[in-house]
Amino acid sequence: MDASSTIPSTRSTAPRRGRVRPGRRIADRSLRVACASATFVGALVLGSILVMLIVEGVRGFTPALFANPTPGPGSEGGGIANAILGSLVLTGIGIVIATPVGVMAGTFLAEYGRGSKLAALIRFLNDILLSAPSILIGLFVYTLMVRPMGTYSGWAGGVALAIIAVPVIVRTTEDMLRLVPGTLREAGAALGAPPSKVIMSVTWRAASAGIVTGIILALARIAGETAPLLFTALNNNSWFSPDLMGGVANLPVMIYQFALSPYPNWQGLAWAGALLITGSILALSIVARFVIKPQTAR
Amino acid sequence: MSALTETIALGRPRAAAARRGPSRNLDTLFRAGAYGAALLVLIVLAGILGSILYGGWPAFREFGFGFLTSSAWNVGTEQYGALVAVIGTVASAFLALLIGVPVSLGIAIFLTQLCPGWARRPVAMTIELLAAVPSIIYGMWGLFVFAPLFARFVQIPVSNVVEGLPIVGTLFYARVPSGVGVLTAGIILAIMIVPFIASIARDMLEQIPTVLRESAYGIGCTTWEVVRHVLVPQAAVSIIGAIMLGLGRALGETMAVTFVVGNANRLSASIFDPSSTIASRIANEFNEADGLQLNALMALGCILFVITFVVLIIARLLTRRVKAA
Repeated sequence: MDASSTIPSTRSTAPRRGRVRPGRRIADRSLRVACASATFVGALVLGSILVMLIVEGVRGFTPALFANPTPGPGSEGGGIANAILGSLVLTGIGIVIATPVGVMAGTFLAEYGRGSKLAALIRFLNDILLSAPSILIGLFVYTLMVRPMGTYSGWAGGVALAIIAVPVIVRTTEDMLRLVPGTLREAGAALGAPPSKVIMSVTWRAASAGIVTGIILALARIAGETAPLLFTALNNNSWFSPDLMGGVANLPVMIYQFALSPYPNWQGLAWAGALLITGSILALSIVARFVIKPQTAR
Repeated sequence: MSALTETIALGRPRAAAARRGPSRNLDTLFRAGAYGAALLVLIVLAGILGSILYGGWPAFREFGFGFLTSSAWNVGTEQYGALVAVIGTVASAFLALLIGVPVSLGIAIFLTQLCPGWARRPVAMTIELLAAVPSIIYGMWGLFVFAPLFARFVQIPVSNVVEGLPIVGTLFYARVPSGVGVLTAGIILAIMIVPFIASIARDMLEQIPTVLRESAYGIGCTTWEVVRHVLVPQAAVSIIGAIMLGLGRALGETMAVTFVVGNANRLSASIFDPSSTIASRIANEFNEADGLQLNALMALGCILFVITFVVLIIARLLTRRVKAA
């Protein structure tokens, strides 16, 4: 429908004596109030979540939290140091795998694949993968790695997180590369640089802030992922070991298991972990916003 | 874009082909790497489908079509059916849309039409941060903060009022008002999908030319009339796409739902009663499952795959069509 066809219908409800009819005014007021309250509710929920995390979690923020591994069921003391370290390693593996794959795939879509059918298909499937249920990715990696290897492992967890991160990076990389003006590429080609050289030294460089933002966003996305880790890295109460075979402690699964446990000590640790992980992710998201801001003023 | 860029983008330019060894090899290698990485996306998606089909096949073979229509889930007798989980998944996602869509559109309209300029950025950021909060935190918030309040101020009073009444008495009666259940899951899911739908809807509303809006205001329309007769018709298709995208997320959401849905395998007509969704059942039972139970869980995964991917494909087609126009 275009605007011209809407004009007669609004005219028919227009006031006759120069004053806004009460019905129209009430409809308008209610819309304004409803929209404002919807936004208020959204902000309220975020506020409520943050207050809950701080009230419940701040108590647990002691030096011991960062120095000790998770305690056994029902025992006192302990910390979440192993889970923090494990989470860092798992997200690290995820991002290290996902960054080259994602950036290269995004580069293919933006630089080599313009107008090709295959690229269109991959772009479409990537968008779908972007919102695919993460639990299915967990099942996939379980079948792919955990089953054949016969044990839960940190590697499987890292791969699962990588699969979740890749579509995010592909999408932002492609979007950012498309913003780079074609004249820059032409200038590079005119100097005799082969396409790969043009991409690496000209387009990537021009889009670097945007690509980094994509990687940070992917990091924020996978740092809190729980479902795929349940079937891949699982959890572990012992100290982190550099051998990643067997269960690897990580914050999300630790929070899941401890929060639903009947032991107050475990619950306290879960809250502290929840505060830590949410704080880090929100900080990452805010940082990402400020990295991207100077480049895409839209 | 000019023809020169097209050559760089699509073909191997002659100039590069004429160059000496190393640089040309690097070029081919780089191109192959990019190609391979892109293909990997395809392979992963095929792998996801393949792996859960492979894992779920024994269950489908054992129960046949009855797997879809049976509400049994009995580890002892090895009888498994998907009905309860499928209904729970669809019901919670539907409730999430019912609650989440009006709220998301309200936020989008507020941000684009009503919000004073200085508040726009901070408010938009607050809503977007809601999308960054991990799903497990929503689960904890839902279980420890929201569910007790919900039980006390909604479930118990409503149950008392509707008890014994026909239809509403079954639909809104909580046998055990613990605060968890399908409706609670729906509300938490609604909160989780609101930022996604709101941010896409906001982008779509912003893309509508200002002239259209201003001319409507110019002939004396109220904000409501501008929204109803100008903005909504313009952005309708892409907003429906955004809603489908939110639906896709709601269907597959796992951790938050696992906390608040109650994880009961019971077919109940009341939206206050605990139930299960496909994702919550997989998350709950997978680690302790083996044999046929594992296959049945994988088969549930297949059903989830089919449902979400159909929804997501429709969503992407709808949002894409508008972008191209």
